[in-house]
Amino acid sequence: MARKRYTHAINEALIEEMSRDPKVIVYGEDVELAIMGDTRGLLDKFGRERIRNTPICEATLTGMAVGAAAAGCRVIVHMMFSNFIYTGFDAIANQMAKLHLMTGGQAVMPITIIAAYGGGGSNAAQHSDSGYPVLVNLGGVNVAMPATPADAKGLLKTAIRGNNPTFFMEAIGRGGELGEVPDGDYTVPFGKAATVREGKHVTLIAIGSMLKPTLEAAKKLEAAGIEAEVIDPRTLVPLDEEALVAAARKTGRVVVVDEARDRCSCASHIAAVLADKAFGHLKAPIKRVTVPNVCMPYAPNAEKLMIPDADRIARTATESARA
Amino acid sequence: MATEPSKDQLLALYERMLLIRRMEERLRADAAAGKLPGAVHLYIGQEAIATAVCARLGPNDLITSTHRGHGHFLAKGGDPKAMMAEIWAKRTGICQGMGGSMHVADFSKGILGANGIVGGGFAIATGAALAAKLLHDTRVSVAFFGDGAANQGVFMECLNVSSLWKLPLVLVCEHNQFSEFTPSVQCTSGEIADRARAFKIPTTVIDGNDAVAVWQAAGEAVEHARSGAGPAFIEARTYRIQGHLEAEALFLQGGKYREQSEIEEWRQRDPVERLQQRLTASGVKGADLQAIEARIGRTVEDAVKFAEESEPANPELPFDLMFVGQRA
Repeated sequence: MARKRYTHAINEALIEEMSRDPKVIVYGEDVELAIMGDTRGLLDKFGRERIRNTPICEATLTGMAVGAAAAGCRVIVHMMFSNFIYTGFDAIANQMAKLHLMTGGQAVMPITIIAAYGGGGSNAAQHSDSGYPVLVNLGGVNVAMPATPADAKGLLKTAIRGNNPTFFMEAIGRGGELGEVPDGDYTVPFGKAATVREGKHVTLIAIGSMLKPTLEAAKKLEAAGIEAEVIDPRTLVPLDEEALVAAARKTGRVVVVDEARDRCSCASHIAAVLADKAFGHLKAPIKRVTVPNVCMPYAPNAEKLMIPDADRIARTATESARA
Repeated sequence: MATEPSKDQLLALYERMLLIRRMEERLRADAAAGKLPGAVHLYIGQEAIATAVCARLGPNDLITSTHRGHGHFLAKGGDPKAMMAEIWAKRTGICQGMGGSMHVADFSKGILGANGIVGGGFAIATGAALAAKLLHDTRVSVAFFGDGAANQGVFMECLNVSSLWKLPLVLVCEHNQFSEFTPSVQCTSGEIADRARAFKIPTTVIDGNDAVAVWQAAGEAVEHARSGAGPAFIEARTYRIQGHLEAEALFLQGGKYREQSEIEEWRQRDPVERLQQRLTASGVKGADLQAIEARIGRTVEDAVKFAEESEPANPELPFDLMFVGQRA
């Protein structure tokens, strides 16, 4: 084990997987200079045949991934901000998410799309979306939501080695955060939630970037005598329903924390699943702590109000625990 | 001086074009009879383009096609039975009945799929060409598309990327005069070929109903792309004889977007008949042409029989085919 930053763990996964398999390629806007930090050093190590800057043309970047995968590459596309997924959406929604089915299983799409999501940096509405609920709804793409450096590295390796299109969503505000990362080669399986903290009074389900404020909230709750269980689904597709249902049944009180807008968020989906499968065990209504149904504002004071923080999570959890 | 195809090459072109024509005539009849579950977009009148371009490709070369994709599928060597069964929504279909007419694909033959999204193939073909370049193999990738698709923004993006990176890509614009139900002249500014020229891509505009002209232009374009010199562009002028889709009258409800006289005029330039005349003029006997016709007639009948007699698609299959090794 060694303490590493989130971005560094992602960078290690990229280097290790590119070294492991010569068919892995990376492209995207400004990846050579590693503007997002995670592709640092790849150009020197692997050259432009393996990593290259592209023009700003997301519709083509995502579409090329489909063609390059069909022709034998393992493709990693860096989309920079998750908002740019929208400009590249046709090939995502109409091609890579559907081709395996549409071709009767012929098309195999080993594609990993990296995109940074979330607010907190006054990047305003077009650079702060948490655009994954729409991806979850597509059906044919996996969605990985690493919350820690260790999971970032392990989930990215699983994505790159896998044969399905996968979105690897980087929590934009977490890049510099440190965490213990196992030594050597390891992967984190998709569809396996992690119990990050044990507790018996209330279950907090934290998605991606929301794990950190949720753990802070759990500490606050502890001080108030409420023991919170904290679960991190780690991937939204596939979703570890079994673990989430078990955790909901354990305490009977559930709060789902998600940096997506509330309407049709992943918190909404998880709440629906739990209402369906854990109903008899629930002692209080399932609560969601999410971004309100607004675009992310620029002003720091306004932005802060929109993103779930430890206080809001703790407040909601307290209400749930006492309901 | 362009190379002339040999007599055998001409006969092979003719046979493949006639196969596409007869398969689609049968599809037209079966669509009208209500035997096919989904929309069918026919390629009748454009057969010379797919056939003569694919005649210049090897088995490992890759193509992307359009919603009007039966011709490309058959031209690149797709199996008529598996295509027919697909359109009949049978489990023996090339896509196990999950794709249908608009999505016939055979990856084992480099057919990366017909595509229901107009312009959906540009970036896929560009990516396939990128892979061929990065993996240092000699494959060429061909994007077939229509004049309608040329108005999609991704067209410009792919012209830029493929030219910038000198990708082994051949762009074949089948200018069939219509964007669905809108004449191209009403929705297209300037010449489409000029768009490719702006990116310094070698470009040629040809009569797409002349199989030999297509064969010659495609030979040069494929050679250029394979040599590592970058993409090449062909604009093949042709005409969509059938409607945007079969049964379009239901959608048009008496509305009209072209004159019957225009269709008749283009029938005079039918690519299959023109090639047949050429063969006859070069001394091919009527009996030989009749033998081809008979052979194709049997192929079509066999394909329809196979489709009719096959089991319906497995309705549970989608749960297993959303992902590789992961049930939805």
